[in-house]
Amino acid sequence: MFRKINERIIETAIRVSGFAVIAFVILIFLFLLKDSLSLFRVYPLKAFLTSTQWLPISEPPTFGIIPLLMGSILVMVGAIVICVPIGVATALFIAEVAPGYLKMILKSLVEILASIPSVVLGFIGIVWLGPFLKTTLHLNTGMCGLTGAILLAFMALPTIISISEDAIIGIPRSYKEAAYGLGATRWQTMWRIVLPAASSGIIAAVMLGIGRVIGETMVVMMVTGNAPIIPHSILQPLRTLTATIAGEMGETVGGSDHYYALFAVGLVLFVITFMLNFVADISLRKSRK
Amino acid sequence: MKSRVYCSILVLAMLVSPGGCRRSSGNRQDEGFLQIKGSDTIVNAGQMVSEEFMKVNPYIFVGVTGGGSGVGIASLINGTCDIAISSREMKAKEYELARKHGVEPNEITVAYDGVAVVVNMNNPVEHLTLDQLRRIFTGEVKNWKELGGKDMSIVTLSREVSSGTHMYFKEEVIRQGKKDSVAEFSSETLLLTSSQAIVEEVANNESAIGYLGMGYVSDRTKTVKLGKKEGDYFPADISHVLNKKYPLSRPLYFYINGRPQGIIKQFIDFTLSPRGQQQFAETGFVPLEAGFVQKNK
Repeated sequence: MFRKINERIIETAIRVSGFAVIAFVILIFLFLLKDSLSLFRVYPLKAFLTSTQWLPISEPPTFGIIPLLMGSILVMVGAIVICVPIGVATALFIAEVAPGYLKMILKSLVEILASIPSVVLGFIGIVWLGPFLKTTLHLNTGMCGLTGAILLAFMALPTIISISEDAIIGIPRSYKEAAYGLGATRWQTMWRIVLPAASSGIIAAVMLGIGRVIGETMVVMMVTGNAPIIPHSILQPLRTLTATIAGEMGETVGGSDHYYALFAVGLVLFVITFMLNFVADISLRKSRK
Repeated sequence: MKSRVYCSILVLAMLVSPGGCRRSSGNRQDEGFLQIKGSDTIVNAGQMVSEEFMKVNPYIFVGVTGGGSGVGIASLINGTCDIAISSREMKAKEYELARKHGVEPNEITVAYDGVAVVVNMNNPVEHLTLDQLRRIFTGEVKNWKELGGKDMSIVTLSREVSSGTHMYFKEEVIRQGKKDSVAEFSSETLLLTSSQAIVEEVANNESAIGYLGMGYVSDRTKTVKLGKKEGDYFPADISHVLNKKYPLSRPLYFYINGRPQGIIKQFIDFTLSPRGQQQFAETGFVPLEAGFVQKNK
């Protein structure tokens, strides 16, 4: 009897926490939506989405999200180009090639990488990586998209490595045995059998990594220069969505247009990460089937 | 079980006793918590003043945080700080917003500052006119060659839009003090999050130019002399800010809600006293009266 009641209580508690998470996400979304809509009452939505200037403290202000969106996308693409090949290759190495002791060392090193605070990476970017890129690539300034992309790639690597590795380990042994049985070499097996079989898991890993990259604030705010221009190349300074919110939120007075504009930027960011996670979830589900 | 009870009694006693002592030793006016927020330019000076203040008034705790003048003013309006430190005057729009939130801003000038323009140590340019400075930061002039420097493109550095120095520079240099001007910083200008970040970038980048409060001038960067017209250049130092010869001189402000009272009044009185003013002089700013300068420099 007592045990039954106990069971009930625990079951309900778990159910409540599950629903609470859903409620939180919905509430955050509604909150962002409510404050963003307040902006569009005084500032046209069309101008928000099409204007190419972000001048929040001018009279009258211009809130054009395009430079910020382009900045975020450019840094994100740069980071993906750098971290996906490295991440997937590392995952393959850990799962398929490395001997037992190396596997352990590598795995714990990846975990350490995940635990480096972003402000430390940003500091390294300011004092070392930025000046280094400036002199080697002969740039005007080291505060550019590439510096941010490289540091963000480092931040996304742990996510990509550990989730891809899980996907690779999860492949049935019989696939590989069949490949070896047909006379395939180790490399052929990895490239033609293991990777395709784990592809949906790897895609999910990449998506989650991207989600991490696009939401990261501190690093990009410290090293990308924050110039609100539409960047033509990753070697230019740029300003991302997240850095804009973090850099300007402190000075806005609750209820001003600028305040609502930052919420609208937040809404755009939320929609992007939501979609990324959604795609990741779909491919993770596929991989488990 | 019994020991645990004793333990918690002991902890409780420890928590309660300092409060009890405090009440018996000083009068009640001498305790409390002050939250000061705002300008990154004067945050270091503010910190020094508050440390000195806490030496005299050990039961008043003063927290000083930066973020930019805009942040301080916004917090004063939102009611999350007691004193806003600002390197610019409050805008008419902010006064309006403040009244809407039931805050009556009261402005107190606490020190003077010159906005210094800094370049890399290897940059041969020694002086600029305000008009040259405007053309640099609006992107009209893109190469140091045009200003008598080396053949390299100019990288302009600015503070974030929350900075009072950013607003001041925009109004005085970019818009030349004209109210109806709509000129903006060139969109290629890098917006850095702190004055220290500007120092770092200027120290490392030969083609960079930035501006910052005199408190951030160091021997890692070169401060250029400025003039309203050609041939009439003045360095950013205490004497030229005090006699207003240096073109980018400005007051630094405290903003509070209503008339100063209680510990807020105590803190402001301390800031305006010789001991408080000395802290401004030591952090590189210009005290209100020349007398303090001669004593310290």
